[in-house]
Amino acid sequence: MPLDRKIAYIDLTTGDIQTKPIPLDVRKKFLGGRGLDAYLLYNHTEKGCDPLGPKNTLMVSGGILTATCASATARTHIMAKSPLTGLLGSANMGGFFAPEMAWAGFHHLVIKGKAKHPVYIYIHNGEVEIRDARDIWGKSVTDSQWAIREDLGDQEVKSLVCGPAGENLVRFANVMTGIKNSGGRSGMGCVLGSKNLKAVAVRGTMDIKIARPKEALEYNKRFIDQIVSAKVNQTQGALGTPFIWGATNSWGGVRCRNFQYNQCEYADDIEPERIDEICEETMGKYHMTGCFGCQVHCRAQYKIPSGPYAGTYDEGPEYTSQGAFGGETDTPRAITVLTGNHLVNKFGMDNLETGSLISWAMELYELGIITSKETDGIDLKFGNDDAVIEMIDRICFRKGWLGDTLADGGIAASEKIGKNSFNYLIQVKGMSNLHSDERATPALALNIATGSRGSDHLRSRPAIDLYHLPEEVLRKIYSNPVPYDGPLSSEHTEYIGKPWQVFWQENCYMGVDCLGICKYHTTFLGATLPNFEDWSKVLYYNTGLEMNPEEIWDVAVRCNMIERLFNLREGLAREDLKKGDMLNHRYFDEPCRRGAIDVVGRKIDKKKFIQMIDEFYEHKGLDNNGIPKPETLKKLGLKNEPSHLV
Amino acid sequence: MESMGKVLVINYEKCTGCRLCELVCAVMHDGISNPTRSRIKVMKWESEGLYIPMSCQQCQDAPCMNVCPVKAISRDEELGRLVIDYDVCIGCRSCVAVCPFGAMSFNSIDKKIFKCDLCDGDPQCVRFCEINAIEYVDADDVSLLKKKDAAERISIAGKEAAALAAQV
Repeated sequence: MPLDRKIAYIDLTTGDIQTKPIPLDVRKKFLGGRGLDAYLLYNHTEKGCDPLGPKNTLMVSGGILTATCASATARTHIMAKSPLTGLLGSANMGGFFAPEMAWAGFHHLVIKGKAKHPVYIYIHNGEVEIRDARDIWGKSVTDSQWAIREDLGDQEVKSLVCGPAGENLVRFANVMTGIKNSGGRSGMGCVLGSKNLKAVAVRGTMDIKIARPKEALEYNKRFIDQIVSAKVNQTQGALGTPFIWGATNSWGGVRCRNFQYNQCEYADDIEPERIDEICEETMGKYHMTGCFGCQVHCRAQYKIPSGPYAGTYDEGPEYTSQGAFGGETDTPRAITVLTGNHLVNKFGMDNLETGSLISWAMELYELGIITSKETDGIDLKFGNDDAVIEMIDRICFRKGWLGDTLADGGIAASEKIGKNSFNYLIQVKGMSNLHSDERATPALALNIATGSRGSDHLRSRPAIDLYHLPEEVLRKIYSNPVPYDGPLSSEHTEYIGKPWQVFWQENCYMGVDCLGICKYHTTFLGATLPNFEDWSKVLYYNTGLEMNPEEIWDVAVRCNMIERLFNLREGLAREDLKKGDMLNHRYFDEPCRRGAIDVVGRKIDKKKFIQMIDEFYEHKGLDNNGIPKPETLKKLGLKNEPSHLV
Repeated sequence: MESMGKVLVINYEKCTGCRLCELVCAVMHDGISNPTRSRIKVMKWESEGLYIPMSCQQCQDAPCMNVCPVKAISRDEELGRLVIDYDVCIGCRSCVAVCPFGAMSFNSIDKKIFKCDLCDGDPQCVRFCEINAIEYVDADDVSLLKKKDAAERISIAGKEAAALAAQV
């Protein structure tokens, strides 16, 4: 049964390993994946612990539906206190790791302590082992995985690893699996590095009995038909996520030159069709690949067409790499995007954070806040492709003053650089923004300001807000499974009703993250895709657990509240520019200079924005300071102190 | 009788490597999620982005059938497949040893050999593969489809050559 998958508690300092079942009442309260990880993090991490110290606890998990006959249950979740933000660290990736871990008998790992020398954890059919990784340390993301397979003599082993960036304690290092599946954002690879933990390897051949196999199979088919019939997923399957960057850039919703412009001009060479052309030229007509059990196949395959890495195979680029190494730095050249993408994949480093910090440094350089002295003579101007590629390498290996400084993340770097460098840093809670520009889209601005892991589009973004859906369609989506009769607006430049949409999406994404399903299979980019009601059925058919849509909603609200409680415990304060639910002043002060007619000239109205936050807090059951009201905690069955059910 | 002579055709170039076929195969036959129970298996060369699904070819002169010392494997002419009679099978695994495709497997949990049975004429791997990397078609049509593909490639190559010649 899926529900008999266990938790392993692993102490790297002492070598102690314990495995425990996950009680059914814990499942009903937190399901699994990110939700249960949040509960475990809150319980097993001491307040104020050093994110790079042995007391920080690292969670690795699959969702409650991982490796069942539900659709696309490929996601692995990783959580710890973030070395980038000092608040909640959380990353989610596709690939084949979590299903393999489930077949090996586990849904959750809780990893504490610090090993004396580099090690990796090997999990095989119910058994957990700590093995020597001294010969693997220093290797790239893919070479590490192949070396582990050699070490174990098994080519079917799946591993999640940290690359050189994690080893070098780059504060935004990724956890990676496969060629490019990245647990990016918030520096979870850095936590691996700090623990001398090179990798977690899994191999499993244990049965997962499906509660009602016939219904599960038929429902999966229904899901797939629904998912592949959505135009947005067909486009994803043909062009990958680059199509989103292309579409967003067309109306002026992406950052360019750090935050000076909201559109990248002369970008033909990195338009999705051009990227696709290169993929086809180098990999053939069928060059899309996918994660476990997924029919969207949104990941492209390519070989770098020219330059020093010509002929090297990689996957992607995602739209984040277009944004990070094309738009933000104003280097809209395919070769730069593809090479930059390859380097961050090889090093195991967050492309979003890397590109954002390089473009921030470029703006500081052009303003004279940093000079060629700090850059070791690199002409760090916007549009300098070679400088972008060089800086990626310098950040990963902490080379030179600037490389080492940026590797510590934006806030630490701004404190070291001083002057008014912080004013130009486009971040929330210490994490750089996505490459998108939200000045014309208040709902999206609210989403990045209140995301639990810092500025982020994958925690609560109502992406369908951009589609101008009729109000009755919005109402149908947003008043399920709990009623909502407040205002809703089809207009993406409006402020009305957006707090509810963000709150609803926050719970939708938490739900999908607890189940272990990809966000492309729910109400994220496609308005017609499955959510709570379908999940209730899928959960029952696969696991036998009976939970109605409202109960799954309640789990999501509860788990989001635990993330909030964790952040509050670590110092979140509403209007704190470094640790709060607040945007950089440029959102309020500098209007959009490019883009569509209803975008040019727009900026976020601060007064209305503050009102949106008030309203969002109200929906969440928080007081005006963003702190949960006692009745909210009571209703959710939460206490302010750890309850240690697991 | 409609399905007589139908075969599984795998076009590995189309395969995205998602392994949904493995999942649904195991769930369909055993009600269990576990790829080691799957009759089809996607072999991968991840560092090259190459994925090749492997399954039983239902051979005409089948080594598994020929080698079986107790004649537990026979041909089902109606569905064009080789079937195992588990009442006769002694579990010696000779068939596993001789299959040139590795398509005959041994399940160490149930202690049984197993292979593709074409899901009695409605192969689930085909049903779930949206990109049609696996198809279930009449055996006679397979070479016809391949001929068409090859002809298209020749035609494109000819046009490209003409275009190049025009540039010179």
